[in-house]
Amino acid sequence: MKNTYLVWAGKVWLGLILFFLYAPIIVMAFMSFNASQYYQLPFDFSLKWYEKLGQNTEILNAATRSILIALATTVIATILGTAASLALFRFEFRGKRFLQVMLFPPIAIPWLITGTAMLIFFYGVGLGRGTPSVLIGHVALALPYVIVVVSARLATFDPTLEEAARSMGADSWTVTRRVTLPWIASGIIAGALFAFAVSFDQFVVSYFLSEPGDSTLPVLIYTSIRKGFTPEINAISTIIIVISMAVMLFAARFSNFGGER
Amino acid sequence: MSTVLARQNRLKIVSLLSPAYIWLTVAIFLPLSAMLYFSFLSDVPFGDAEWHYTSENYQAFFQTSTYATLLWKSIKLGLTVTVISVLVGFPCAYVLAKAIKGKSREALFLLVILPFWSNSLVRIFCWAIVLRGNGVLELGLNAILPFEVDVNLMFSTPAIVIGLVHSYLPYVILTSYLALQAIDDNLIDAARSMGANKLTILWRVILPLSLPGLLAGAVLIFVPVVGSFMEPRILGGRVGTYFGTVIEDQFVAVFNWPLGAALSFILLAVVLVILATASPALRRAQT
Repeated sequence: MKNTYLVWAGKVWLGLILFFLYAPIIVMAFMSFNASQYYQLPFDFSLKWYEKLGQNTEILNAATRSILIALATTVIATILGTAASLALFRFEFRGKRFLQVMLFPPIAIPWLITGTAMLIFFYGVGLGRGTPSVLIGHVALALPYVIVVVSARLATFDPTLEEAARSMGADSWTVTRRVTLPWIASGIIAGALFAFAVSFDQFVVSYFLSEPGDSTLPVLIYTSIRKGFTPEINAISTIIIVISMAVMLFAARFSNFGGER
Repeated sequence: MSTVLARQNRLKIVSLLSPAYIWLTVAIFLPLSAMLYFSFLSDVPFGDAEWHYTSENYQAFFQTSTYATLLWKSIKLGLTVTVISVLVGFPCAYVLAKAIKGKSREALFLLVILPFWSNSLVRIFCWAIVLRGNGVLELGLNAILPFEVDVNLMFSTPAIVIGLVHSYLPYVILTSYLALQAIDDNLIDAARSMGANKLTILWRVILPLSLPGLLAGAVLIFVPVVGSFMEPRILGGRVGTYFGTVIEDQFVAVFNWPLGAALSFILLAVVLVILATASPALRRAQT
């Protein structure tokens, strides 16, 4: 058992990394419950920053806008993405490989480039900045994630099941609705949650596309931080991080991420 | 009969695929083309502005050394963050994949990649609170250490590197973990039974087999870091001028969109060269 020391060292290392990943987040959440405006210690428990948050209409409006955009993105990207995944799974056709490769640029190209390009294009066609532009951008960024996640689930589906249903007289819509969709439901839910997370956490593209004074929550936080930060931002940031981590926990449950269930 | 079927199929394929791909075209590929076009204009062609075709936006990059220097600075930042993340993340992935088993492994793995899916801006803001002078890090260190230390990392390059490593570390852990998990334990046992020591096993068996995953993680970190602007702005302050922040300025402060478009395209070219170089490894990592 010479290995014991190494294993122990490894586990300590893993613990240190988890500390590195979570400590700053916990510190921030902690500070949102601290009365001092200048993050002074000793810690003095107070809910006043959350109360202030409740009265800050600018932040509340931005939060509402962010949630609505994220919900719309989720619905549109999930429907379009699932449809595309079904076609990519069921049919063999020329150019299929090309269509699959087309999914990578939105994921791989830095959002700074995509965002500025969208700004130029939407101005060029007369749409300009604003919520519609933000929504169009978010759906495009979320679509590849939905297609990848749903396709991964479809890969575990046995196509002979569809054939069997068809041979018993079911038309193709019935086959899809009664056989295929139930099988891939967990993949679709995971894809939808990914889409929500991509939109709700999106900063760069929203930053270039939203109208000043009409921005999403991350954009508002960015401009506030640059003006000098207050614990009010800690309060809203804590809420955001709790929401997005909860969404991702659900997504992980449904997408069977990181192991068999 | 078969032509009818073929036509029916084609109709289904088109109706299922076109909404998604038209959306991607309108929101991603047309904008990228529009940006390429813009980068060759002298001014934005809106309203009654005078404009003509020109290559001076690209010349600006090559004539003054400012932009090239900043691009190099961004590439160096990308390399630093990538190397640190790989050195820190690979052992962590190894422990997860080989030393921990069962339910606790799943839970720990989820715990490692969870922050990655939470808001990146908020996480950078967390570091701003921790790192600033008289901040939590300073107070914490002074509480533990017997002597007074003065830690004000805020608005420095180390602060930017720490924030970016925190943002992207889960990537390399994720890809390395998936690659390491695929390595058969019997292979390692076989090497050991034939007398290979730990270093030899690591060097000759584990590293070569997990290299595609490691490389994939490295690329996934390097590419966004080269294009980062929000992290240097918040954590770097005055020293946080990078290629990304210059591009941001062209669009939100200076309003020289054609120059911004040209700089964005130069950045895109760098990214594409890197992705193309790494793509054989990336493809192997996928399968």
